[in-house]
Amino acid sequence: MIVTTGLTKRFGQVLAVDQVDLQVSEGDRYGFLGPNGSGKTTVVRMLLGLVYPTGGAIEVLGVPVPRQVSAVLPRIGALIEAPSAYGHLSGRANLMLIDAAGPRPRGGRSGRRRRVAEALERVGLGGVDDRAVRKYSLGMRQRLGLAAALLRSPRLLVLDEPTNGLDPQGIREIRSLLVELNAAGTTIFLSSHQLSEVEQLCTRIGVVDRGRLVLQDDLAALRGPTGRVLVRSPDAGQAAALLGGRVVYRDDDRLIVADADVAQVNAQLVDAGMRVTEIGPERRSLEDLVLSVTGSGSDRFGRPAARSAGAPGSQALVADGHRAASDADAGGSSQ
Amino acid sequence: MIRVELLKLARRPRSWVAIALLCLLPIVVAIFVAVTHVAPPPGQGPALLSAVLSSGSLFPAAALAIVLPVFLPISVAVVAGDAIAGEASSGMLRYLLARPVGRTRLLVAKLVALIAYVLVAVVAVAVTSYVTGILLFGDKPPAALSSGSLSTSGVIANSLSGTGMTPADVLLRTAGAVAFIAVSMLGVGAIALFLSTLTDSALGAALGALAALIASGVLVALNSAASISPYLPTRYWLSWIDFFRQPILWRDIDRGFAIQAVYVVVFLGAAWANFASKDVTS
Ligand SMILES: Nc1ncnc2c1ncn2[C@@H]1O[C@H](COP(=O)(O)OP(=O)(O)OP(=O)(O)O)[C@@H](O)[C@H]1O
Ligand SMILES: [Mg+2]
Repeated sequence: MIVTTGLTKRFGQVLAVDQVDLQVSEGDRYGFLGPNGSGKTTVVRMLLGLVYPTGGAIEVLGVPVPRQVSAVLPRIGALIEAPSAYGHLSGRANLMLIDAAGPRPRGGRSGRRRRVAEALERVGLGGVDDRAVRKYSLGMRQRLGLAAALLRSPRLLVLDEPTNGLDPQGIREIRSLLVELNAAGTTIFLSSHQLSEVEQLCTRIGVVDRGRLVLQDDLAALRGPTGRVLVRSPDAGQAAALLGGRVVYRDDDRLIVADADVAQVNAQLVDAGMRVTEIGPERRSLEDLVLSVTGSGSDRFGRPAARSAGAPGSQALVADGHRAASDADAGGSSQ
Repeated sequence: MIRVELLKLARRPRSWVAIALLCLLPIVVAIFVAVTHVAPPPGQGPALLSAVLSSGSLFPAAALAIVLPVFLPISVAVVAGDAIAGEASSGMLRYLLARPVGRTRLLVAKLVALIAYVLVAVVAVAVTSYVTGILLFGDKPPAALSSGSLSTSGVIANSLSGTGMTPADVLLRTAGAVAFIAVSMLGVGAIALFLSTLTDSALGAALGALAALIASGVLVALNSAASISPYLPTRYWLSWIDFFRQPILWRDIDRGFAIQAVYVVVFLGAAWANFASKDVTS
């Protein structure tokens, strides 16, 4: 669906996107994550032929972009950063204009009214009145933007932060809409920095940090057990002594043990008469994962010391020290 | 896409307000002149205005002379400056291009809409002022201007000693003047359209084009800049007055058409080259 190789974009001095190799397959719900200013929007714009790459190649739906972008765009629905509309027109009039612009659609002019009505219905604006978009609420604008993206039943949806400004209810509605569309065969490429949103929706993720793709894998694989055991015990001190070198991290009553066999660790502790309040395989949350492979956002200026203090991600480590050891293996799993 | 652009322009209240104001100004002038019967002496004030007192059918020409120096270029520059920059600042540019509307197609559609706007504006002024002129000054056949008394700066000293013009004659000459002015305004539009592809600020593009016109006007009036003045966009702006001379003086009219054509081609080419190759990050 989307394949980029060595995709690079330089804005003057700023290297916004650096050697990104994206792989999005048909039917994926792909979550494109990264801190502010990491280059997500720039990648999305390049996929749509709005920004021209300075290096590398893009193929969308098997067609080279930006060379033949007009051949694929009719099959792509896009939401790029904020939704936009002509403020003095109604939402319906806006969609009519958008539909009339561009190549002749399959249903022709006569189908326009129906297509617009359908798109509005899908995003929950079916009963909207004729007020000008200028008077819409933020959430209504976001829905209208989504409706515009859905107008021509695209095969690929490219959405840059689609749930910005929606309330929790709206986010859930949009999520189920996207899942439904995906089940019907639409591939979804969604950029976001809302980890929970991605965690609940996506099947595959790619993480960019300062323009570089630092991680790309199936979410299920990434969130599998880490091969370590998480133990909580009032006798943590003694337990640490017992387990010796296998303990990679300890704070208060929590231990992390480098051992894949939970049952075995449990038996060993209980045999030694130690009380165990909690034990289980360590699973990383998406948040841990993403924070471990990304640095502080590249839009943070004025604290140069923080960046030179160590490896990327050093800030996140201070907040939660047990990620130190996982840094290396998480980095390794990105091809 | 052309249809969409025309529709968008027509649905904007601003377009109609600007045209209404353009039509209103000559009417106000006509009322004052009709009431007081004091026209500017020949050679001063808006060209042709003094000839109007003798015949209302010349008033469209006078009306065009009234709006030409300032109001018409402003409204054209605003519309043209808004073309791409306005879409960029409203955030619609990226959605239009992703629809997809090819960049060249979008530019062509904007250009067609601009031409339509210029024609509607100029013709609207001509028609409303014709009606006003006939109502207030009557429709005696007017005399043509004698060709002896021109001055190159475009401000003419007219004389009513020329041969009379038939109504059909006046109509034809007015049509010629309308075409000439429309082409001149297209020159302004081309400059503004080019600037509109450079910036995301519609206001900046419009003001930039107006600044270019004002600079050109200053240089045209400056004797020491005479060597470049034939190439300045405003140099032949008022040459359409030559359509009302007997016989018609084609020299400056032809040059005016030619220089505007050059400006239109050069700036539209630059607009296209820039727009087709630029990153759309708005
Ligand atoms: N037109 C531009 N000119 C110069 N630099 C730019 C331009 N657009 C983006 N950049 C830079 O490129 C980098 C990536 O920006 P981009 O908008 O792609 O980030 P993002 O991941 O979408 O961020 P966010 O999550 O805040 O939306 C930033 O450092 C930004 O400053
Ligand atoms: Mg962004």
